[in-house]
Amino acid sequence: MASIEMKNIVKKYGDGFPAVNDVSLDIADGEFMILVGPSGCGKSTLLRMIVGLEDITSGDMVIGGTRVNDKAPRDRNLSMVFQNYALYPHMSVYENIAFPLRLSKTPDDQVDRLVKEAADVLELHEHLDRKPANLSGGQRQRVAMGRAIVRQAEAFLFDEPLSNLDAKLRGQMRTEIARLQRRLGITTVYVTHDQTEAMTLGDRVCVLRKGSIQQVASPRELYEQPVNLFVAGFIGSPPMNFLPATVQGSTLQTPFGPIELDERRAAAVAGRDLLLVGIRPEYFEDASLVDEAKKHVGTTFTAKVDVTEWLGDQQYAYIPYEAPDQIRTRLRDLSKELDSEELRTQAIVSIDSTSRIREGREAEFWLDTRKVHVFDPETGENLTRDAEAGAELTRMAVEDREEQVAEASGGLTGDRSSGAA
Amino acid sequence: MSTKEKTGWIIGGVLIVLYCLAPIAWIVSLSFKAPSDLANGSFLPTTPTGENYGLILNGSASGLFLPALRNSFAICLIATFISCVLSMFAAYAIARLDFPGKKFILGTALAVAIFPVISIVTPLFNLWRNIGLYDTWPGLIIPYLSLTLPLSIWTMSAFFREIPWEMEQAAQVDGATTWQAFRKVIVPLAAPGVFTTAIIAFFIAWNDFVYGISLTSTEASRPVPAALGLFSGASQFEDPTGAIAAAAVIVTIPVVVLVLIFQRRIVAGLTNGAVKG
Repeated sequence: MASIEMKNIVKKYGDGFPAVNDVSLDIADGEFMILVGPSGCGKSTLLRMIVGLEDITSGDMVIGGTRVNDKAPRDRNLSMVFQNYALYPHMSVYENIAFPLRLSKTPDDQVDRLVKEAADVLELHEHLDRKPANLSGGQRQRVAMGRAIVRQAEAFLFDEPLSNLDAKLRGQMRTEIARLQRRLGITTVYVTHDQTEAMTLGDRVCVLRKGSIQQVASPRELYEQPVNLFVAGFIGSPPMNFLPATVQGSTLQTPFGPIELDERRAAAVAGRDLLLVGIRPEYFEDASLVDEAKKHVGTTFTAKVDVTEWLGDQQYAYIPYEAPDQIRTRLRDLSKELDSEELRTQAIVSIDSTSRIREGREAEFWLDTRKVHVFDPETGENLTRDAEAGAELTRMAVEDREEQVAEASGGLTGDRSSGAA
Repeated sequence: MSTKEKTGWIIGGVLIVLYCLAPIAWIVSLSFKAPSDLANGSFLPTTPTGENYGLILNGSASGLFLPALRNSFAICLIATFISCVLSMFAAYAIARLDFPGKKFILGTALAVAIFPVISIVTPLFNLWRNIGLYDTWPGLIIPYLSLTLPLSIWTMSAFFREIPWEMEQAAQVDGATTWQAFRKVIVPLAAPGVFTTAIIAFFIAWNDFVYGISLTSTEASRPVPAALGLFSGASQFEDPTGAIAAAAVIVTIPVVVLVLIFQRRIVAGLTNGAVKG
């Protein structure tokens, strides 16, 4: 087990295009770090540079205190789970899992014990003699994980391991990976473009965009205190709504009526002209269902509902709004960058599933203004980010993790390390 | 598929098989005919006889045939082995590594493959005589390599390209050296390709006539196809047709056996289950 430190890592391909641009990231021992971003943001390249499958153009990669830039993958003692599993089809499940041990010339009886142990953890016992071709997708995935956990690696690396599974299995395997990591307490780097995985698995999440880091923080901080428009739009599903706004004193004029800002936020936006207000779908509610006691912390407005989607446990309403051309272009660029196809300017609003708001009618909505963020449309910077509150959220997450690691180290990791010398 | 369609396919299949096997059946039948029977025009011999086989295995022609059979086997197997090993490395490099001149190598290989054998056999004859390779095993193995290598490299690199890159990367991450990854992961996965290539290379060498007849003069290295051409009848008025037919049957047997043995290994889809399909 080891920490991973990246210092000013740059990866340039032959044509000079920087796939990864000046990335510095410290991953603590035992931490679960997620690399997330839209396709082409360099997250997989970064992971492959950690494991050594991709050369580093410049910068330092330090694993467990040693600079590994010039070390071959086999000398880095990391284990990796590939997106397509990369199982060896000519070997049985047993031999697949045993492969790293065989290469390190581990004695047979120890190989047998370690493989059986890994198979127990992953419930692969009855499949040990089968060939990968005869296994289901989830089983193959588990074999790939078995191969990763069977030896005492410094860290686990996952390259979108669940993207080939169907939705139900993905949920199961996600909890499986989380449980495994907590139990073994091994430093883990996990690449994904799926934000559910990013939010649920990671101690910290690193959001990448075009090869540079946007924000590294706990999932909660990313959600509550995003640094910029990109992170705000990327994290959260359905995504955050961005409305055009103009400032008048401490009030923002938006298509959905005026929004009153508190002192801190009002000071941050003072003197600006055209701005973007970021509002999460769940900050909205059907006005008729809002508690009177709560109503004063927000504003109410009426708008025409275009479409509603009733999902049983929740309901979404789509409200189109008008935006100046400048904002419209900015939002289109943003959605292109986030891999989403947003064709029109509309707000997605989460309302109670019992709400009787109907499509095509005017309806009254309530908007909780306490947590809205204001962004500069040009730079994308979050003007109202409360760095202290964000840091507090991440500090809490780190504490949680330390507690869990301490708990785990008493259990399985203890007898593993004593067994495998 | 309807019954009608099915019968159509079966009839078509049988016709093709008959068409392909007819000449072979004819040769088998010829090999069992007595000399007086050869030109009787009927498919089956009137009285089947093993006379021809006796002639080439124990009789007067055995001095020509048996050493030739030995030569052919040894020369072809050695040539096949060398060409497989060399083309395996070459194909791996071509499929995996990026180096200058890759296209040039592939292009040259193709050019060599289509170069007419007959045009280089005369200079080769002179050269071999001068450097003492004439009528020796290496004297045939080397030209055979020039025939088999280009094709082997092309087929094998196609097979190597099919193997997912990740297999090898996974092996490297698991702690394998490049050589270990090649030997323990890539080669087993490429086995069907290697066997296919081996069979093709063996056929090419086994069927060669031009080099065999031009670059040899004695039984020290003369291969079977050349020996068959030198068979003579009992008298100069008699054709050695029966003996040639019998020899042809015998040299066909190893090829058939080879294909039957390796057929199971040449099944496509060995890589099933390696990656998500």
